[in-house]
Amino acid sequence: MLTWRSLRANARTLRLLLTFRRVAPCGLVPFRRSLSIGTPLRNDFFKDLEAKLAAARRKVADAAPGSAWSPLEINPNLPPERTDIVIVGGGVVGWSVAYWLKKKEGIRGGLKVVVVEKDMTYSQASSVLSAGGIRQQFSLPENIRLSLASADFLRNINEHLGVPNEDAIDVHFNHAGYMFLASHKGAHVLEGNYKTQKAAGAQVSLLSPTQLREKFPWMNARDVALASYGVENEGWLDPWSLLNAFRRKALSMGVVQCRGEVTGFKFTSNEATTEDGERLELRRIKSVQVRMPRSLEYQPVECAVVVNAAGHFSAEVARMLGVGLGPPDTLAGIPLPVEPRKRFIYVFHCPEGPGLDTPFLIDHSGVYFRREGLGGNYIAGKSPDEGEEPDVADLHVDHQFFQDRIWPQLAHRVPAFEKLKVRSAWAGYYDYNTLDQNGIVGTHPLVSNMYMATGFSGHGLQHSPAVGRAVAELILDGGFATLDLSRLGFRRIAEREPLLESNII
Amino acid sequence: MAASLVSLLGCCQRASRLLVARRPWSSSPVSPPPMHRRLLLFLTQRFSDFEVLLRWKSRMKRRRLLRKNAFVGHSEWFRADHKGKFNWDFLNYKDTPLEEVDMSYTIINYTGLSNLEAQRSLRTLSVRGCYEVDDWFLARLHVFQDSLEELDISHCPQITPGGLAALRNLKALRRLDVSSLPRISTPGLVIILLEEMLPQCEVIASGYDHSLKPEVEKGHSQGSGE
Repeated sequence: MLTWRSLRANARTLRLLLTFRRVAPCGLVPFRRSLSIGTPLRNDFFKDLEAKLAAARRKVADAAPGSAWSPLEINPNLPPERTDIVIVGGGVVGWSVAYWLKKKEGIRGGLKVVVVEKDMTYSQASSVLSAGGIRQQFSLPENIRLSLASADFLRNINEHLGVPNEDAIDVHFNHAGYMFLASHKGAHVLEGNYKTQKAAGAQVSLLSPTQLREKFPWMNARDVALASYGVENEGWLDPWSLLNAFRRKALSMGVVQCRGEVTGFKFTSNEATTEDGERLELRRIKSVQVRMPRSLEYQPVECAVVVNAAGHFSAEVARMLGVGLGPPDTLAGIPLPVEPRKRFIYVFHCPEGPGLDTPFLIDHSGVYFRREGLGGNYIAGKSPDEGEEPDVADLHVDHQFFQDRIWPQLAHRVPAFEKLKVRSAWAGYYDYNTLDQNGIVGTHPLVSNMYMATGFSGHGLQHSPAVGRAVAELILDGGFATLDLSRLGFRRIAEREPLLESNII
Repeated sequence: MAASLVSLLGCCQRASRLLVARRPWSSSPVSPPPMHRRLLLFLTQRFSDFEVLLRWKSRMKRRRLLRKNAFVGHSEWFRADHKGKFNWDFLNYKDTPLEEVDMSYTIINYTGLSNLEAQRSLRTLSVRGCYEVDDWFLARLHVFQDSLEELDISHCPQITPGGLAALRNLKALRRLDVSSLPRISTPGLVIILLEEMLPQCEVIASGYDHSLKPEVEKGHSQGSGE
């Protein structure tokens, strides 16, 4: 040790001396070894030795087979080259399908699922911009049963989507119910719907104007003939929590998430002739082209099945397969009738407004509102009439719409709302089915391996758990097992026979 | 054998330190879970058999819970005496409608309530301190809307204000006990809203700290919250 220190000391003095070049080194300092400048370097050498050995060990491990390293620089964000199922669209329906597919796969790792979503901020996605309501008050029995099944799922959400060692899921479900008001003109429709809903198992009750006034003194029920009020399994929830719950569970089960945009498909075609002599081109998807964001790089993903859950972009995706691009009177000429429709939601504050038991109220004029939180805030909206659909190019909010169309009706229904203050507003898209405003679930007759789950026109979120299960059953079991949604298939679109739902908000 | 155990332990300690050091998914600054849980998590992430075992365990627990709920409704009519012996005389009164049910501190849940649904003249229900009673249970209470006069849901850890809105249907309610519900963050406001919603009902809410809390240092909250 003494030698070490003295060597170090020698080196220090030598360095000092060397800086003063005029002084000759040899005569002044008695050094024991020649050129002991190497001493501090040797210290570092021993310190670096461990790091160098670790680096060497890592290099050997990388070079050995079974490691993830490769000399070619591959973009790690690319989706896998080959998979079983590609789900186009990472909204609540897409992730629900992914979860149910993985749940039904049978053996661990038996199914490879990739979810492709082009916008991870979900800035234009309908799922997270939704008002979040869930109701069973529909006129179509399939819709009622879908909502009931979804409410069942939400009740046991931690059993279904709970991940071990993670926080419990809370979708902030408010059990306040929905209330539909009918004028004299629509009272018989409401009563008919009530009978259908009761038959399908929904818990709803009918209220007369007297009962309304007694139960909800803040409401002006003068021009109301009948009201239908949901008693159980109805209310609203937080869509973002539900989306993240599905996503977290699906990712934990092995679903691969890919951030990219589907720009095309590679498919094989077969010709067939119908008994009428019409020639059909039957297509089968072989691979999906997924392009990376803000880049020209793309990856063709070979797959067996594609699920189109792209919301208001579904028609674009279907067009890439030639759906709607054929001659007008043929099957290939019928496009997927889903288009984006912009809807506004306005948040306002009214200190004297209705309290904790405020339902999600839908007036017969189409105006709706619900309570938001406990501080006197409410959200309201209205579906515009056919002629005044706003432009869908962007999500810009038209505040004049609230002043002209919503506020007068709100103040008429709830006198306390004459004094309110709009705090904020946002806009979102409905994946609007222009034929009959009901979802399209099933395959397309000309593309045998594309399963569609879109066109829900404002009730996609509330049906997402049940629709996910239905699509998974279609793909893995070959047919519907729990709920029969065959009436919601593409057949009605092809035959142009709408399956109308009269209770669309 | 001993050597491999020691190496496993050393591996676990290192792994547990890693687990504590980087937790990419949970953002809450809680203290790390105890040793045996960390070991279980490490093994679950490495071996699929452990994952299957854990899934079975939670499924068994759920099944046991459901099975117990199928019988709870019947056994609460008469209380067991101090020796634990049960009075089977209640079988003589099978068709008598129930008026009062006390299910405090049991594992009653939504499915278990179906045993009571037939009792349309139920006047008092107490589910004090039941872990499994949540908002959906409260929503199902609408079946007793004409008869239920007293309801005690205090100390239930899963009830939130969203579920209290479900009590809107209980027209006959005269006495409601919502003391010490941990998931209500603004108890004063919620009590006022409940009183407004059920004007003829007496709302009892003890066990809440209504005092004003001092403002937390702004620096810390701005750094951690986005």
